[in-house]
Amino acid sequence: MNLFNTIFIGLKEIWAHKFRSLLTMFGIVLGVASLVGMSALIKGMENGMRESMVAMGGADKVRLETQPVPAYQDHLADQAPGRTIRDVHALRKGAPLLRTVAPQMSIDALLTRGEKRCDPSECVGVWAESLDIDLHTIAHGRFFTQIDEERANPVCVIGTAVRDALFGRPEELGYEVIPIGEIIQINDQPFTIVGMFTQYMSEQEAKEREIARTTPKTSGSEDSGPKRQKGWGGRGGWAFTRKNLTVYIPLNTAWVRFRAAGDKDGIPDPRLSDIDLKVHDLEKMETALQQARNVLLVTHNGIEDFTFETQENQIESINKQIRNARLSGGIIAGISLLVGGIGIMNIMLASINERIREIGTCKAIGATGLEIFIQIIVESVALSIVGALLGLLASGALVKMLAILSPMSNSPVVTWQAEVIAVAFSAGVGIIAGLFPAFKAASLSPIQALRYE
Amino acid sequence: MALLELRNVSKIYHTGGEEIRALDDVTLDLHQGDFISIIGPSGSGKSTLMHVLGCLDSPTRGEVVLDGVDISKATTSQLARIRNRTIGFVFQSFNLLPKLNVLQNVELPMVYAGLGGKARHERAVKALEMVELGHRLKNRPNQLSGGQQQRVAIARALVNDPKIILADEPTGNLDTHTGEVILNLFRELSTQGRTVILVTHNPEIAAVTPRRIEIRNGKVAEKVDPRLAGFTPSTP
Repeated sequence: MNLFNTIFIGLKEIWAHKFRSLLTMFGIVLGVASLVGMSALIKGMENGMRESMVAMGGADKVRLETQPVPAYQDHLADQAPGRTIRDVHALRKGAPLLRTVAPQMSIDALLTRGEKRCDPSECVGVWAESLDIDLHTIAHGRFFTQIDEERANPVCVIGTAVRDALFGRPEELGYEVIPIGEIIQINDQPFTIVGMFTQYMSEQEAKEREIARTTPKTSGSEDSGPKRQKGWGGRGGWAFTRKNLTVYIPLNTAWVRFRAAGDKDGIPDPRLSDIDLKVHDLEKMETALQQARNVLLVTHNGIEDFTFETQENQIESINKQIRNARLSGGIIAGISLLVGGIGIMNIMLASINERIREIGTCKAIGATGLEIFIQIIVESVALSIVGALLGLLASGALVKMLAILSPMSNSPVVTWQAEVIAVAFSAGVGIIAGLFPAFKAASLSPIQALRYE
Repeated sequence: MALLELRNVSKIYHTGGEEIRALDDVTLDLHQGDFISIIGPSGSGKSTLMHVLGCLDSPTRGEVVLDGVDISKATTSQLARIRNRTIGFVFQSFNLLPKLNVLQNVELPMVYAGLGGKARHERAVKALEMVELGHRLKNRPNQLSGGQQQRVAIARALVNDPKIILADEPTGNLDTHTGEVILNLFRELSTQGRTVILVTHNPEIAAVTPRRIEIRNGKVAEKVDPRLAGFTPSTP
């Protein structure tokens, strides 16, 4: 008996009971749809997290953080020096396993240009190393020179969102402003813009922009109203918005022009707001950090008021979240498929009970037990696979709906792996659900089956 | 040599500690081209004899020799293969598969025999033309009359060219006239050299066959009707 005929007869059997088969398949449809939808959602989440991760400086970035001194050093708390430029120099000399040490001194800044103002996500004094640490790329103009640093020149490099706020968005103006050489006020001090970063965006947003650029605008009517400013939660995700709102000034400028003058109490604050490190070799992260710790214990007079925060911890926690989401989603979808399988088994049992005489006839005219067994299994698998295919269609709709509900940067991504797994799993469920009914049908005695009323 | 021999065949059932001898030491020879009826009241062991002859069941004791091969110890799937190739069944209630059309019903035994699609189609059409149903290939069984359904069933029984046709009350669900048509068809088949076995409880139907086997309490008594014996090529 060839398989084609078996499948043909199986499908015929399903088609003969359309409504019943549809109801039976529904469990599988839901199971597959939820499995694919769930995995798409998690994939989207994962993509969003990974992109944000890179936007924040990549996996090998280590932050040197301050922490309250440990209890046994409590009496030395007032002597804790915090992060200073001394640490940076010491680390550069004394910790060769570190590739980059980048100091940052942040300014609580407000940018103005005429009537326009901008509240940047960060306005920091930096060295060139920060470009590498924070993965910034300069698209226009230049970065700071040694002379800018030494003379504490009032120059700055801005992100595109700062340009948008102070000079206007390209979407509104119709052309892109490249404000190199323009002067803006940082906390009422005039600064010359010498460079601008590229526009950072998620892959999703990049794709959308590309589409928007290539497709001509349909009509002007929808553009007539005032443009609505999208907040941080909008397109591209907060990590990208934040990165685009960066203002860099030379470190020395930050110190001389803002910090040295003192805060509102008139006390100059030489502490750095951030020291970022990158190691040569991710494999030797532990050793490198130990080395850095040893150096810092010297500059900090043995006071442990610092700690290292690696992105690894964050990646770990992201991975953990994804694993958990996958596991719980998988369990839910699995239960749904299981219930679907029980439905199939139930209907197959009912179906063979109805067809006992038919099975008896088939056996009388020469079907072996194995052929009957395969027939029932094929019917059960056909039910589950047709259900799974319907489930894939349903998952398409489900994912579209989820895409509307979820933030753009995390928009769900349907992976073929998930689809294949879902269909394969349903087929497996179909086989398992068919086993018992098939065995029952195959072991029917033809005499009993023919006599059955 | 006989086509099908039963040698001291017994079939014994045990129900509640009681021993029921459905077949009791039956010895029987069936030859090629025989037209035989098996007659007996219900409970006589008639069905059991039919099952053993039709290779649906194995005897408890004794030998069943088909074409010189003892099949009394064959496994169920070996029996299925034998049924498929050497025995054609015709049932009282036709037993056509309701979801398949006439052609597919007739093709089914060949599907189990592993024939290719083209050969199946040709042979099924030929068999259906033989029973004069060549024009109803695409109909469902429930669109046919009882007599037509039974002819489809006969076509199905014939399509693997079996040596034995086993018909269990083939006219039981048909009116007298249609019944006669069907019986004539069987007579024709036996003249073509097939062994046709009619199982019935009706003496009138049994009367059309030259050889009659009566069964009572598991024992057989054979009668040959001298008037009808000339109709069929009997024992060579």
